[in-house]
Amino acid sequence: MDILQILLSESFWAASLRIATPLIFGVLGALLCEKTGVLNLGIEGIFAAGAMAGWMAVWLGAGLWGGVLVAALAGAFFGLIHAILTVPLGLSQHVSGLGVTMFATSVSYFTYRTALPNVSSPPRIEPFQPLDVPLLSDLPFLGPVLFQQTALTWLAILMVGLVWYVLNRTPLGVALQAVGDNPDSVDAQGLSVYGLRIGAVVAGSALMALGGAFLTMSAFDAFFFGMVNGRGWVCIALVIFASWKPGKALLGALLFGAFDALQVRLQTEVGALLPGQVFLMAPYILSIIALVVAARKADYPRALLTPWFKGQR
Amino acid sequence: MIRIEPRQSSSRLMTLGIPVLSAFVALALAALPLAFAGANVTTAYQEMFKGVFGSTFAFTEMLTRATPLIFTGLAAALAFRAKLWNIGAEGQLYLGAMAAVAIGAGAIDAPSFVLIPLIVLFGCAAGAVGMAVPTVLKSRFGADEVVTTLLLNFVILIFLQMMLEGPLKDPMGLGWPQSPPILDQGMLPPLMDRMRVHSGLIIALVCAGVAQFMLARSVWGFKLRAVGENAAAAKHAGIRVNRSLMSVAIVSGALAGMAGVSEVAGLKGYLTADLSPGFGYTGIVVAMLAGLSPVGVVMSAVFIASVFVGADSMSRAMGVSSYLADLVVSMSLLCVLIGGFFARYRIALVKTPKGEQA
Repeated sequence: MDILQILLSESFWAASLRIATPLIFGVLGALLCEKTGVLNLGIEGIFAAGAMAGWMAVWLGAGLWGGVLVAALAGAFFGLIHAILTVPLGLSQHVSGLGVTMFATSVSYFTYRTALPNVSSPPRIEPFQPLDVPLLSDLPFLGPVLFQQTALTWLAILMVGLVWYVLNRTPLGVALQAVGDNPDSVDAQGLSVYGLRIGAVVAGSALMALGGAFLTMSAFDAFFFGMVNGRGWVCIALVIFASWKPGKALLGALLFGAFDALQVRLQTEVGALLPGQVFLMAPYILSIIALVVAARKADYPRALLTPWFKGQR
Repeated sequence: MIRIEPRQSSSRLMTLGIPVLSAFVALALAALPLAFAGANVTTAYQEMFKGVFGSTFAFTEMLTRATPLIFTGLAAALAFRAKLWNIGAEGQLYLGAMAAVAIGAGAIDAPSFVLIPLIVLFGCAAGAVGMAVPTVLKSRFGADEVVTTLLLNFVILIFLQMMLEGPLKDPMGLGWPQSPPILDQGMLPPLMDRMRVHSGLIIALVCAGVAQFMLARSVWGFKLRAVGENAAAAKHAGIRVNRSLMSVAIVSGALAGMAGVSEVAGLKGYLTADLSPGFGYTGIVVAMLAGLSPVGVVMSAVFIASVFVGADSMSRAMGVSSYLADLVVSMSLLCVLIGGFFARYRIALVKTPKGEQA
């Protein structure tokens, strides 16, 4: 089998979309925060918190959508911490974000270990099943790729449209974008800079947590330590690659997913020639390259990383 | 109405007091998760205390734990002073450790006074390269070093696994992915009989002293601080900002690399993929808790190491998850951030003028 055959196979594209799903949530969440001027490096920990909280809720009997809700609330909670530290208090967004990542990760790990002190193999839940859309699922090619994904993948794609619509077609979106470019002008119009920024960071963090929830409730059926494995940081790079546009963010996540799916398949094909780690490294290196290529051209929100205090010009 | 006003100057008492207070608040907050885990809180704190100060062995274990944290804390503190966000100390640590075993595990057979300096030199150089690359990407292409250093941590960790299954694999290691041991004459000498604390600690303390002096008294330190406080103004004043950033990147990376050297050639003797339980990331907390002061790094590294060693011993005795230590460490970072806010600003209650009732 050569690369062309891989690229034409249904399973490859289905896998690409599956791998891209948590990244779509993460990129959208990070984009929403950064659009209003707040970098959220809490993402890596919020992924872990969403993965743990969602899984644990289901394991305790909450039902799958109940788990999704719990994950989103957990994300919103850690996002609120980051928002309070960086928006009204105006503290370093870098350090606060890393602090939130460490805090959210250790809270998740500690809670998991305390609830399940002596398990050798992680307990499993019944995860989301592929949606079987009548007729559409039976379409050649498109059927398996699009219509046999789980509900969370559809939710992710739906969210891209929703975030795009809110940002570009509603007054709220105009205000959110303005607060990331020129907070003084928003303040002059009598809108609350703090309110808009805190709201965006909380909502964005809830989205990030859904990316984590996808990992334990759809991609796998259990929680593992270290399962986030840098996905959050990849999202931060993809936002810059996407130049803060939701549509491009979807494209970036899909490209990344396709590349990751490709490296797994190439590994089995030409694994004898190169050590497997070369392929494992590739997605991270690809993210760095994407960042380097896009960094200069990217359309940065002008007030990104700049705290704003009421009554101070 | 509440207003946030910057303080005219923050007192010496506050710069010293706030980190100490934050550390103790975080430690006190550990009572919540302890209670959540159903442990007797008082006994737990007693066990933690005993785990650090209960015996000479316990205390030297704490110092052993503090050694790499001083190195990674210094790496973060110096870089952050120049507003160069080196979040890649974890990867640079492993680069240093790989260089140490590549040189020290038999490639060169030389007496101690030649071999040890060579191991240190190559380890530091490897770490320095690890930070120089993202710094070039930053100054040449504008690629944010936070993201690149974070991603490079994963690349380096995978590269390490590749090396441990390939060129650096110990043929006598029974198939385990581990490196051959460093030659006896390449090991940093221990400081005490039958204790694990080693002379890496002395090197760490010297590094902290030198860093403190260079930062406060040298032209290099002055430039570095000027770039950190206001890069545009520094450039205007004729400081070559990129060159200054590169020099601090090299020093920061070398210090992180030295953490790896010290762990592998001072403590473990051989390299595995779990050499560091996140020393690179914890170094950031150490640096922040120290207010980015090199001498402060020594003190906060001792505090953080006490938390880890104390919590480990407590969790063995009482069956509480040892992730408690990570929880306390992360909370102390958040506490010191909030504390830093109160050092710089005060919250003033401003009387609302009459007729403008809210």
